[in-house]
Amino acid sequence: MFTAFLIKYAEIGIKGKNRYLFEDALVHQIKFALKKCEGKFLIHKSQGRIHVDAQGDFDYDETIEHLQKVFGISGISPVVYVEDEGFEKLCDRVVSYIADVYPDRNKTFKVHSRRARKDYAKESMEINADMGEAILNAYPEMSVDVHNPDIMLNIEIREKIYIYSETIPGPGGMPVGTGGKAMLLLSGGIDSPVAGYMIAKRGVKIDAVYFHAPPYTSERAKQKVVDLAKVVSAYAGPVWLHVINFTDIQLYIYEKCPHEELTIIMRRYMMRIAEHIAKETHCLGLITGESIGQVASQTMHSLIATNEVCELPVYRPLIGFDKNEIVDISQKIDAFETSIQPYEDCCTIFVAKHPVTKPNVNIIRRHERNLEERIEELVQTALDTKELIVAE
Amino acid sequence: MEVYLDNSATTRAFPEVAELMTKIMCEDYGNPSSLHMKGVQAEQYLRYAKETFARLLKVSEKEIFFTSGGTESDNMALIGCARANDRRGNHLITTQVEHPAVLNTMRYLESIGYRVTYLPVNSQGCISTGDLQRAMTPGTILVSVMHTNNEIGTLQPIAEAGALIKRMNPNTLFHVDAVQGFGKAKIFPKKMGIDLLSASGHKIHGPKGVGLLYIGDKVKIHPIIHGGGQQMNLRSGTDNVSGIAGFAKAAELLYEHYEDDVKRLYQCKRYFMEGVRRLEGVKINGLLPEAPDGAGTAPHIVSVSIRGVRSEVLLHALEEDGIYVSAGSACAARKPQPSVTLKAIGVERELLDSTIRFSFSVYTTMEEIDYTLQAMYDKIPMLRKYTRRR
Repeated sequence: MFTAFLIKYAEIGIKGKNRYLFEDALVHQIKFALKKCEGKFLIHKSQGRIHVDAQGDFDYDETIEHLQKVFGISGISPVVYVEDEGFEKLCDRVVSYIADVYPDRNKTFKVHSRRARKDYAKESMEINADMGEAILNAYPEMSVDVHNPDIMLNIEIREKIYIYSETIPGPGGMPVGTGGKAMLLLSGGIDSPVAGYMIAKRGVKIDAVYFHAPPYTSERAKQKVVDLAKVVSAYAGPVWLHVINFTDIQLYIYEKCPHEELTIIMRRYMMRIAEHIAKETHCLGLITGESIGQVASQTMHSLIATNEVCELPVYRPLIGFDKNEIVDISQKIDAFETSIQPYEDCCTIFVAKHPVTKPNVNIIRRHERNLEERIEELVQTALDTKELIVAE
Repeated sequence: MEVYLDNSATTRAFPEVAELMTKIMCEDYGNPSSLHMKGVQAEQYLRYAKETFARLLKVSEKEIFFTSGGTESDNMALIGCARANDRRGNHLITTQVEHPAVLNTMRYLESIGYRVTYLPVNSQGCISTGDLQRAMTPGTILVSVMHTNNEIGTLQPIAEAGALIKRMNPNTLFHVDAVQGFGKAKIFPKKMGIDLLSASGHKIHGPKGVGLLYIGDKVKIHPIIHGGGQQMNLRSGTDNVSGIAGFAKAAELLYEHYEDDVKRLYQCKRYFMEGVRRLEGVKINGLLPEAPDGAGTAPHIVSVSIRGVRSEVLLHALEEDGIYVSAGSACAARKPQPSVTLKAIGVERELLDSTIRFSFSVYTTMEEIDYTLQAMYDKIPMLRKYTRRR
């Protein structure tokens, strides 16, 4: 029945002269999202709104599902287009529209009409009143409530006439691409994909880096991270995933530094490498899934130690979240089932039984000096041999 | 160099098998149940497959049934017989070291009211006929014992068990899961007191998705899959003609050089074990102390515990050199809990997660074994240097 969707956006409306940039980005993201749907769509901007018109057959549920993943959309209204064949015909169409969309008609309603074409025979107020009457005649069980209607029936008189009444919520946020780009440290756990999702929601394009440690981590662990990058890409658009072979660096730290500090020093090198790639690829920040106190390397003391090696800001959207809150979002975005596959990641393989929870930055720096001889060369090799996978 | 030593997980198909299957899928693709010529042609392949297996197992063609693989064969044997014979009793016997296809089916049967005894094994992974004798009751419907253990290669005393069961209660059925043993050992159900026997195509260089169940003509069994009534109403579903023909072809080819191949596999195994013993801190699982040369075990499976090295890490390290092996057994390898067989034979806790399975096939060469041993000599000391400190 529906042949088009009216896309509503919230925050873009207040962005002043930059508004067209936000709208264009949103159109671009909608196009990208609908590429995976059955059917062809024409997407155009007009008068402060975006229209998605289906050209021929399409799958309604699939289309809604994909549109609900496009950040920047606050609501999606399915629309019926009708030709202007006089007011009587229009009333008939509206009456049958109500029959189709509302099987239970014990509801209140209000007709809200707008004339974009001022040459239409009736004025808005007349349309509202006359159509209300036609509806009441057809369905005596319905009643009018102009303040708090159950059904807000929108009639827009344009080249064609639009009828719509339902609004399906969108994900909110800002269109991806309007907020620059950031580098996500993706581990394969539950937290990092959620962190990426949350920053993407604010319009930020996401690139990612994964630290691979063969033979200690398997090809399947890597595949899992690629799959998680794909989950993020369903919201954020294509994700460039940089895979770094971290084994030699990790073994070198293991050899030269106190075991309790292994994780924290490893994290410092991960941040350094991530920042290096971030700067090369014009990212404006790093993203991690850290949450205060979740593990030894995420205490406030440890965060000082891992934070100080970077110049770029490190965004930690989950910093105040409990695990169960993170799991909720992970399930909502369909990452959870992938995240809990039991493959070891490089953070857990050599972890000490009692890692430091309150590292002293000065001591850590001193112990890092043990690495002076070869670490630069190892980091350079890791950067030179990095692999790029585009997840989409 | 690519060295595939995971032949207990699955094998490379013989080229003749792939060729025959392509021909059937592209040319002789009829449904054997169709009345026309195309159907009759397809039926010839089935007939030929049944003849082949009947000849190799020395049974009647009417006793050969095809399934979707070893797991379905096991399910059909256990559930089908338990259902059909429940008036005679509700007791079943199996071992602690069966493949999950048997173990989990037994657990299912327990959940619907059957009683199951799980026989323990000795340190070699072998059941004792004494234990079996004590477990038998007048209400024992069926005993299921695997022929060759999939994780450590131990052979069970099938003929002795068969004789014992038939002596104690001729009505008790004897099922043998021979998925790992078929093609590596000569198994003749009628001479060994076996009433039901499971085998699988892809373990013997045939295709995946096809298996067989030998069902002795006196066995009372119910179907577990219902439908169009194919295979004498015991296993409905359009016959997997290409798979069945490919399976039969593989079996035929394997039996052509059977004696030479098995002899050569034992040589490979002994040579490999000798090489492994040169490493420090290794233990080969499933061997009798008095027969360290591998007698009493399958010719193609070697299970090695390597102290101080996690099996998954060694697996991936060998993979870097193109060597493919298994951590424990492929079916257990992707689950976090350690294998039942290794636990049952009393492998120390510390070694459970440090055990690798090597499994050979007719394609395995001495050169590949040397290459693998060299890789182990190179990598294991390095891997031992970097371990989780306690």
